[in-house]
Amino acid sequence: MRILHSALKMGYHLFRILLPLLVDLGHWLLKIGQGSVLQSSTGIGSSVSSAPSSAWRQRVQIHKALRRVLLPATAILIVLILWQIMYSRPGANLPTPLQVWQDTWDPLIKDPFFDYGGNAKGLFWQIWASLRRVFIGFALAGLVGVMGGMIIGVNRWLYEALDPIFQVLRTVPPLAWLPISLAAFRDANPSAIFVIFITALWPILINTVAGVQRIPQDYRNVARIVRMSGWKYFFKIVFPATVPYIFTGLRIGVGLSWLAIVAAEMLIGGVGIGFFIWDAWNSSRISEIILALIYVGMVGLLLDRITAWIGSLVVAEDH
Amino acid sequence: MMTSPRLSSSPLSSASPVAGLPLLCLQNVGKTYFTSAGSFVALENVNLEVAAGEFVCIIGHSGCGKSTLINMVAGFSTPTSGSITLKGQPITSPGPDRMMVFQHYSLLPWLTAFENVYLVVDQVYPNKSRREKREIVQEHLELVGLAEAAHKRPKQLSGGMKQRVAIARALAIRPEVLLLDEPFGALDAITKEELQDELLAIWRDHRCTVLMITHDIDEALYLSDRVVMMTNGPAAHIGEILTIPFERPRIRSRIMEMPEFYELRNRALDFLYRRFAHRED
Repeated sequence: MRILHSALKMGYHLFRILLPLLVDLGHWLLKIGQGSVLQSSTGIGSSVSSAPSSAWRQRVQIHKALRRVLLPATAILIVLILWQIMYSRPGANLPTPLQVWQDTWDPLIKDPFFDYGGNAKGLFWQIWASLRRVFIGFALAGLVGVMGGMIIGVNRWLYEALDPIFQVLRTVPPLAWLPISLAAFRDANPSAIFVIFITALWPILINTVAGVQRIPQDYRNVARIVRMSGWKYFFKIVFPATVPYIFTGLRIGVGLSWLAIVAAEMLIGGVGIGFFIWDAWNSSRISEIILALIYVGMVGLLLDRITAWIGSLVVAEDH
Repeated sequence: MMTSPRLSSSPLSSASPVAGLPLLCLQNVGKTYFTSAGSFVALENVNLEVAAGEFVCIIGHSGCGKSTLINMVAGFSTPTSGSITLKGQPITSPGPDRMMVFQHYSLLPWLTAFENVYLVVDQVYPNKSRREKREIVQEHLELVGLAEAAHKRPKQLSGGMKQRVAIARALAIRPEVLLLDEPFGALDAITKEELQDELLAIWRDHRCTVLMITHDIDEALYLSDRVVMMTNGPAAHIGEILTIPFERPRIRSRIMEMPEFYELRNRALDFLYRRFAHRED
């Protein structure tokens, strides 16, 4: 308890000392970038008073940017220090951060691209294998989800018939699909892809249906006045109006897919980050598990951000 | 080569507006809604004739069925009794001959102002060339003073500008009757007056027939040839029709000084706030 307290205090002081220093450093670097460092050397007070608002704004911006980096960095640092302290005693169950680093630096961190054949591949190839499964399953889910959602969204009867089924199926945990897909496909890889597909399908499908159903009455009225119907109505009004909902579904779907693939791969084996973790556990290489978890988290974050970014490019601002 | 649209007035109805046969004819129109709680008579025995080129405003309290009425003229719903005819043909479904301007603009947010207008022009004139259609769009955006903002999306436009786009879109397909459903209800007072003046100028040059819903008495008196005042629902009907005698072109400041304006205004106020005051229930 005392260790925790002192570590927290240490981190806090470190942060307080470092922040203003870094702000000043950043400010100074920016000035050099603008070639005005000579001018300001004659007297900081005068340069500030000549353009107080822009200088102030710069300072505030640097402050904000630094905070965004420094606060999380400090938090990570504190967690690592605590972890290091708590697991340094002999006979601890988990390795310390330094131990993890020592165990995994060569070859896992140093060379993510090695390939000794079989499952002995670098982390890049492990993650790549998982991503490939996710991409295939997720792409299929996107295709089926969007097209199916469109059809069900415009057809009231179909919606009322199928919606209860979707509501039941979407609550089935991803891994519960694995045995039945193994039974159907009799092969590990298609089964894993199917698990991804069925996991990502429901949010995409349900959001697309909701989007189609919530097209404002005004849009429909305009289409009715000019007698726009059929495919033209679909492509000019229904589809664009639904795009924001589709992207909401895709973003949820990609997140769930990444959650599901790690679990599915643990069971199916082969190359992939999920089985890499399971394999490391079976050989008691705890450090490798920890490293893999960090990578999994970062890739998941990246997938989410990429989907959100594509969505922001496609969706008109005022949706 | 772009001639000013204000000069190239359309020959839609060159005859004097009131002398023509009724363009739009409502006979004993009634609308009853059947719900699980029983039937609700919204409108009963509405009789109205609108001549070609006429500007008619319908006013009444909210819930008096004026929106129901204009929706039936647009063809979004059908009367449960009586008939509505346009040029002698009964109205059965929505059509481009009765284009509507909605209170909330109903522009498509993913299209620019130009594309919003082009979408309906393209749909209504499938046989025109691409160039002709683009010219029509351009001409009508100029008509409402938005040529500069043609490439902007609705998000980037103010409420007044959005409604201008909606008016350009409505006029671009040359409807027989222009239906306006409280078009300026969501705008601030100054923008509202600007748009009223623009609408009058466009109406004068285009000689189109306008059926407009409003709850603003001054707006109705300033714009229209006749003001139709609805009684309160249920079973609303036309209570009184005021004929507005002011000469055109109308100048707001001059009309505001006329004693007749206040006579008409008092009659309308009397109708709406004494004889058919909105019951608090």
